[in-house]
Amino acid sequence: MSTSTNESRHTTLFDNKVVDYVDDRVGTSKIVRTFARKIFPDHWSFMLGEMALYTFVILLVTGTFLTLWYVPSMGLTTYEGSYAPLYGQQMSHAYVSTLDISFDVRGGLLMRQIHHWAALLFVASIMAHMARVFVTGAFRKPREMNWVFGAVLAILALAEGFTGYSLPDDLLSGNGLRIIQGVLLAIPVVGSYLSFFLFGGEFPGEVIIPRLFIAHVLLVPAALLATIAVHLALVVLHKHTQFPGPGRTNNNVVGYPVYPVYAAKAGGFFFIVFGIVVLIAAFVTINPIWNYGPYDPSPISAGTQPDWYIWFVDGALRLWPGWIGWPGMDGGGIPTELTFLGVTLSLNIILPGMVLPGLMIGALFTYPFIEQWVTGDTREHHILDRPRNAPTRTGFGVAALVFYLVTSLAATNDIIATHFAMSINDLTYTFRTLAIIGPPLAFWVTKRVCMGLQRRDRELALHGRESGRIVRTADGEYFEVHEPLAPAERWTLVQHEEVRPVELDSSGKHTPVDKVRAKLSSWFFEDRIAPVTPHELEAAHHEGGQEGEAISSHESRSAITGSGTQEPAGQQ
Amino acid sequence: MRDEHVGTDVAAPEGQNLPDRFANPGVPAHRFRTTDTDTRAAKRAERQVAVIFALSALGSLLFIISYFAFPLEGTFSSIQRSTWTLGLGLGLAILAIGVGVVHWARTLMPDHEQIEQRHDIRGTEEDRTEAAAILQDGFEESGIGRRSLIRNSLIGAGALLPIPAVLSLGDLGPRPGDALTHTLWRNGVRLTRDPDELPIRAQDVTMGSVFHVIPEGLNESEHPLEEKAKAAVLLIRLEPGDVEDLPEREGWDVDGIYAYSKICTHVGCPVALYEQRTHHLLCPCHQSTFDVAQHCRVVFGPAKRPLPQLPISVDEEGYLVATSDFPEPPGPSFWERG
Repeated sequence: MSTSTNESRHTTLFDNKVVDYVDDRVGTSKIVRTFARKIFPDHWSFMLGEMALYTFVILLVTGTFLTLWYVPSMGLTTYEGSYAPLYGQQMSHAYVSTLDISFDVRGGLLMRQIHHWAALLFVASIMAHMARVFVTGAFRKPREMNWVFGAVLAILALAEGFTGYSLPDDLLSGNGLRIIQGVLLAIPVVGSYLSFFLFGGEFPGEVIIPRLFIAHVLLVPAALLATIAVHLALVVLHKHTQFPGPGRTNNNVVGYPVYPVYAAKAGGFFFIVFGIVVLIAAFVTINPIWNYGPYDPSPISAGTQPDWYIWFVDGALRLWPGWIGWPGMDGGGIPTELTFLGVTLSLNIILPGMVLPGLMIGALFTYPFIEQWVTGDTREHHILDRPRNAPTRTGFGVAALVFYLVTSLAATNDIIATHFAMSINDLTYTFRTLAIIGPPLAFWVTKRVCMGLQRRDRELALHGRESGRIVRTADGEYFEVHEPLAPAERWTLVQHEEVRPVELDSSGKHTPVDKVRAKLSSWFFEDRIAPVTPHELEAAHHEGGQEGEAISSHESRSAITGSGTQEPAGQQ
Repeated sequence: MRDEHVGTDVAAPEGQNLPDRFANPGVPAHRFRTTDTDTRAAKRAERQVAVIFALSALGSLLFIISYFAFPLEGTFSSIQRSTWTLGLGLGLAILAIGVGVVHWARTLMPDHEQIEQRHDIRGTEEDRTEAAAILQDGFEESGIGRRSLIRNSLIGAGALLPIPAVLSLGDLGPRPGDALTHTLWRNGVRLTRDPDELPIRAQDVTMGSVFHVIPEGLNESEHPLEEKAKAAVLLIRLEPGDVEDLPEREGWDVDGIYAYSKICTHVGCPVALYEQRTHHLLCPCHQSTFDVAQHCRVVFGPAKRPLPQLPISVDEEGYLVATSDFPEPPGPSFWERG
């Protein structure tokens, strides 16, 4: 680039022929002015979304490598590659080419394993990112729509994972497809038609692999890319949320400029994620399809499981009983598959396999709108909630997570049973029970923990830190000296708003919907702890003046009384 | 300690002012790092970054050398050696760049926190009025409001357009017809071993043994996998006294040898695990458990229906044969199976 020696370096860079050429045609200088110094707030949890993006890039790169050898065909051929145990067997081109990538392409197995590990990590980081956004309330106005785009991304990621998982046409993934086909068949009225359409006839047919392939390498990635573009564009438009802290308000962003610090950190983080995935893939085998053999509808291996992110559906399918019986019964009871008027309604498949994931996805999409309606809070929020300051929401989040975990772990019940020599039946009963009582219990415990943490915050803000220094007064009284917090430190503990439920107005005319809303709202907020106010702090100092807070400093006093100049954080 | 603001009674009644708030103390003063204040520390950080980048180069070299030095020979050890060294080299090459850049950013690039104001997302009143006017003008210029003939014919044409799009997918697959209710089994078809199609004599089926069975001629059929997915059968011999009497299935077994569909009635996995002591069949996918002694009634798990039984007998040469197709469709349930 420019090797100018004169003092106006910035103009000379754009005098450079190439840079000038581009600026004339693209307006690069304006773009640089607008975006290069944009401020991004920093927090470790903001890396989770980045990780999802980076693993997606890894997937694009390694996936492209795999397509150079992979053959998406179910046509049968005889294996003549270098893996001796399968030599001479009949199998599909898809399976053969996957074996070839693993055994006859240098670095092929490494790339396959990078691809698979990155896929597992992709979904994991999306879910972790979603959990972060949820418990910090980052989905609140104006970001509700971006939450919806994010939820779309999560579902696309699951679809991408499942379609890719099936491509090697091995025994394990083939049985996974069989399960999907079984669930499709159970759909009322059109089930068998859908199955015949998807599989081009009877299961397994000869077209499902090429169809899944085009979905996996074109349709779903295109949808993912488009949605990612919107998701990120909205992040730029809204500017990132930030955690509460001294100097941070609802109207500003405090952090580092994109260029150079944030770009270096974020760009460096891409390489770190990529490097770690490569190292995992180098040393930890994933999906050893050569052990499973080609797909055949009759054999099956024990311990059959999908990739982890599909476990919750598989687990739900395992938990839902075909007959609802009671202890001591040897089978029988109330059937959950019904036959009437010459048709069959398989509630034992539809409810856990479709209705339940449907409800979970529905709850995911609608939560921001439901919370907004219940709380009546339609203001913009750019300062994140500390999870403890929104106990009901955090409780919901943990309850949902526990439900997800229990149904997911239920998909490993056979592995747990064989590893720990436990009864598969007892495990299933336990998981059934946990799936029902786990979430409410988790909700209650989480809410209590949040309240406890809030009380601790209050205590800390009011009375400061325990110094461990015991002082004896002239009267022989003992007390522990507390060190007051510095204003900057205290701010994080006291900045949150005091929340109040939506109340019915005094007009006396209320629709049932109003009443339901008021009830929900007061339930949402019923247990709450107010943030410390300057008056309370003042009072605490007076009351404890001759005791614990003997050494409160002048600075903190002046900050307490300076409340008249506060910025209207979180208010419009 | 307890104070009166803990609990549920904090909501200020309507119209009463909220308690006053603390003032935001502002961004704390910047704290300099040693690399900001000590040139020797900065130099040290610079050297560290360079060493980390050199590690990356070493990783690339390791990859390049391993690519040529470790050919794949079809043995697990050669594949492991190649994957480990290639992966270690590539992983190091990529990871070290990341670690180096982040270390550089953290130690040497300025870490002053800066403040940027947020802007209103919503347009100003002026924006909104003007935008509304533009849209209204355009709407009128297009004439779509006035010229109802154009509007209605466009709506009509547009409404029909999705039909060809959807219809073009009509040949994705054939209609199911009765394909799901029929298998290759019929009177006289021999029960043969999976996969080599060797016929089975009754005396081959000893107590406790399980035969994985396919109909004779399956491998030569037009769609072997599809047929197998419906017709796979398990053959089990039980002690005659162990089996519950079921008069309508009299004569479906051959001296205590029973043939049941191997395809789970839940979502279609092969029910491949047999426990001889309890005579239970367990599906490894979702643990539906069928009691063979009770004609494969469901005793545990998510399946509702028993596994269909294949009626069998012995042909003149002494081989086991089916006497008909399954009396009901095998495999997972579907709406029209009845």
